[in-house]
Amino acid sequence: MITVENISKSFETKDVLKNINLDLKRGEVNMIIGKSGAGKSVLLKCLVGLFDVDKGRILYDDRPFSEMGYQKKKEVRKEVGMLFQGSALFDSKTVLENVMFPLTIFSDKSPEEIKERALFCLRRVNIEEHADHLFPAEISGGMQKRVAIARAIALQPRYLFCDEPNSGLDPQTSIVIDNLIKEITVELDITTIVISHDMNSVMEISDTISFIHNGQKWWEGSRDDIMTTDNQEVVDFVYASNFMKTLRENFNKG
Amino acid sequence: MSIFTHLGKYYILMAQAFAKPDKFKVVWKRVIDEMEAIGIGSIPIVAILSVFMGAVTLLQMAYNFSNPLVPDYTEGLATRDTMILEFAPTIISLILAGKVGSSIAGNLGTMKVTEQIDALEIMGVNPQSYLIMPKVVAALFVFPFIVVIAIFLGTFGGYVASLLTGVVSVEKYVFGIQYDFEPFYVTYALIKAEFFALIITSVASYQGFITSGGAKEVGDSGTRAVVYSCIIILLFDLILTQLLLTV
Repeated sequence: MITVENISKSFETKDVLKNINLDLKRGEVNMIIGKSGAGKSVLLKCLVGLFDVDKGRILYDDRPFSEMGYQKKKEVRKEVGMLFQGSALFDSKTVLENVMFPLTIFSDKSPEEIKERALFCLRRVNIEEHADHLFPAEISGGMQKRVAIARAIALQPRYLFCDEPNSGLDPQTSIVIDNLIKEITVELDITTIVISHDMNSVMEISDTISFIHNGQKWWEGSRDDIMTTDNQEVVDFVYASNFMKTLRENFNKG
Repeated sequence: MSIFTHLGKYYILMAQAFAKPDKFKVVWKRVIDEMEAIGIGSIPIVAILSVFMGAVTLLQMAYNFSNPLVPDYTEGLATRDTMILEFAPTIISLILAGKVGSSIAGNLGTMKVTEQIDALEIMGVNPQSYLIMPKVVAALFVFPFIVVIAIFLGTFGGYVASLLTGVVSVEKYVFGIQYDFEPFYVTYALIKAEFFALIITSVASYQGFITSGGAKEVGDSGTRAVVYSCIIILLFDLILTQLLLTV
């Protein structure tokens, strides 16, 4: 579980995050949604420690992550997996080498065991054997995301962060990635945080939803709650399309 | 950012780069890879430039030393010393600032804007130590060899020029390159090579690491890495020459 206690973050004179409180639960997909520029990505970067918060605390299972020094943070980070918006695979390494990388650095396993674990993770995300020796530039965007998930779970993390996992993917591939994130969350019993604007994902896999607006946590609830909410900003964001409006109407009619 | 902000950030980056590596074996493998990229990859361009520099230097010396009071072997001696003192360590380093420096800045800049460096950091890997240290160590190791190769090939270029043009007889040239040899000049050249290796790799790495934006900014970082490295190399050339060659 990750607890966010009253965090704020500013850049020069701009307040990007204002007094945000969150409880991100273990074994659940915790979705953070909001308009572009609302502060979601900054929030994610604060959560993983890429940005230091100006005020407040971030606790990883009661460990004060935001107050830790570099070495202690580094230890906690070994329990973190992250799926970046652009996959962030190392382009000079093959698919297999990308997944083997965290294991090579941090595990004491033999090269054979490392390879075996990496292959297991690749098969878990349905990457075919022939793709192991390809470079990231030689595979599709959907495959890159799956390889990035395989790399993120290689060290069996306790926390998984996903920054817009569906951006740039077709609807069918998006569903594959969504389902994979949900399955892995339940299978490994980890705390998963997903940043997204894709309402399909929100409705498919989220357990809890936090809506960020103007740098503040504006609304929080479940998938069912979002169908019935009368919070105007949430309604404007979620039900911007006619399809979503019809869905809400049908849901409310029962 | 002011120059002092850059100097402070550069110092912090280098301190992080030379922190204890996560796994020595992995870093050592990267050092070997970088030696191949920086060293072996640079030999063709260094060889071509050195041979031509040596040949042109001999022709210019022969043209300028046409006075009968100047002994014939002076052209060989001057070609050798010019190669050792300046052309091999400094001019070759300026060329490598273009080849190696732009490649390092481009590579690290691309990794920065595509979040590959963030990915390393989130994994708990020290990205500075993993990415920068092997490049610096590899350059410190291979630059002296490159400079020695450049000295030999430059002197050989002079030999070829004397053989093909006859401006100086081959015997006189060979005598000249052996005459009054000062071994400290080679030490001086190698000391300069080490300084220039550090300047090129660290300045280019710094420029790569501070890149933000997209393709244009990556290109700008490459350009800045080359320009700043060249200026700093010339500045240190002056300082080191003053320190090492003046009594």
